[in-house]
Amino acid sequence: MSKFEALTGNAAVANGMRQINPDVVAAYPITPQTATVQTFSEYVNDGLVDTEFVTVESEHSAMSACVGASAAGARVMTATSANGLALMWEIVYIAASSRCPIVMSLVNRALSGPINIHPDHSDVMGIRDSGWIILMSESGQEAYDNLIQAVRIGEHADVLLPVAVCQDGFITGHGLERVEVYEDDDVKDFVGTYEPQWPLLDLQNPKTYGPLDFYDYYYEHKRQQVEAMENAKPVILEVAKEFNERFGRDYGLFEAYRLDDAEVAVVVANSTAGTAKTVVDGLRDEGVKAGLLKIRLFRPFPSEEMARALSHLDVVAVMDRSISFGAMDNAGPLYLELLAALAAHGVRIPVMDYVYGLGGRDTLPHEIERVFRDALNVAETGQIERKVTYLSVRE
Amino acid sequence: MSELKGWKEIPIGGMILEAGNAVEYKTGDWRAFRPVFGEAECINCFQCWLNCPDSSILVDAENEEMVGFDLEHCKGCGICAAVCPVNARVIKKADEELKKDDPRLCIRMLEEGKFQEVGNE
Repeated sequence: MSKFEALTGNAAVANGMRQINPDVVAAYPITPQTATVQTFSEYVNDGLVDTEFVTVESEHSAMSACVGASAAGARVMTATSANGLALMWEIVYIAASSRCPIVMSLVNRALSGPINIHPDHSDVMGIRDSGWIILMSESGQEAYDNLIQAVRIGEHADVLLPVAVCQDGFITGHGLERVEVYEDDDVKDFVGTYEPQWPLLDLQNPKTYGPLDFYDYYYEHKRQQVEAMENAKPVILEVAKEFNERFGRDYGLFEAYRLDDAEVAVVVANSTAGTAKTVVDGLRDEGVKAGLLKIRLFRPFPSEEMARALSHLDVVAVMDRSISFGAMDNAGPLYLELLAALAAHGVRIPVMDYVYGLGGRDTLPHEIERVFRDALNVAETGQIERKVTYLSVRE
Repeated sequence: MSELKGWKEIPIGGMILEAGNAVEYKTGDWRAFRPVFGEAECINCFQCWLNCPDSSILVDAENEEMVGFDLEHCKGCGICAAVCPVNARVIKKADEELKKDDPRLCIRMLEEGKFQEVGNE
């Protein structure tokens, strides 16, 4: 029997790590992720896990240790945020290209500078092209559920890629919520035992990881990574289906909330989706056909499925918790990608971008309501006044 | 260069699953300098064989002789010439600095371009 506990998102993830019982965890503390590895280190100290816990001197070393351990044949996990992820960046690419199915809890925080410890998505957007699978989570529950599924997704023989599981720092990372915690045995059974195909520690079959790879083969290895990303989508759906059958929570590539008959909708990731759902409910009570599409899978980007799910709308408003400086209209990365996805799949509807919540700026229901009112106005007039709005920034 | 394979035919992630297959990777075309024998007679001390980082000194084990260079793998680093004790004993004039392609040496390092022009002298 599962049980309900009052847990922070960090504690929910740490508890998931305890249940998964990875062979190796290498991590360095950084706010707002610290509570995850700190809690997990207590599990190590108390003998609740068999994990080799490697305390390193930096995130660059943390990810390096993870790559080494994964190549050795271990099931490996880590956690980080913002500047820690930035320091890992070189090895983040190496983890993906060496096909190490490491699972990382990424508690999203704004990148410096000026220095800030509060949530936005500038950190994860920095690794969007790195070859990691990226899952986003609205709540601590989802971060926990995604973490458990991430192990299966990354280790799948057709995939073999690292997976980052994101949630917003503080808002869900430190926020206490009601989390359904599954039975240890059920989680262990669901993730199974990792059977690495090419472990370095198989001494009878010596092999090399990470050799020099020039113009003659590097390109072929990149092509293989594309294939793994292509393979990931059906695997993610298959793992989600099995997860639903066992734990009773339904996950897809994204969540469509009151979207089927909607006329206007927002597209949003992580915790703000929760706030936006209450706004959708309020507008529905007024008779407004509002809906929401919540990003779950950011990499690989389910462009075709999302374009289909949004094709019937009059207007789409994307909410971006980061800016791609110097990109078209200085918009956010989510908007740019969604705009491309809609165009590529022949969906010709007005799309606007609302950058919000940078550096942890609160985003309140009335601000999201304004986004919907704008969208309704565009639906009525057919005219987009501003393609990109920096929501609630002071003039 | 061995035959190039497609992305479906090779191990993922650049992994090398077959131990010792570096021999299939021909690195001789990286070379800017080529080791060749000069006039001084080799004493078969095997210092070059011992120090070569690319296992490119060919020896006749039965007759205990150094017989040449594996030019498919030699990168032309010149360590063989640098450690050669015969090279060190070549008689030279006062204050003379021997060039590394001096014909009097045992192992000479010849510029590939020059070698192509004149052949093995």
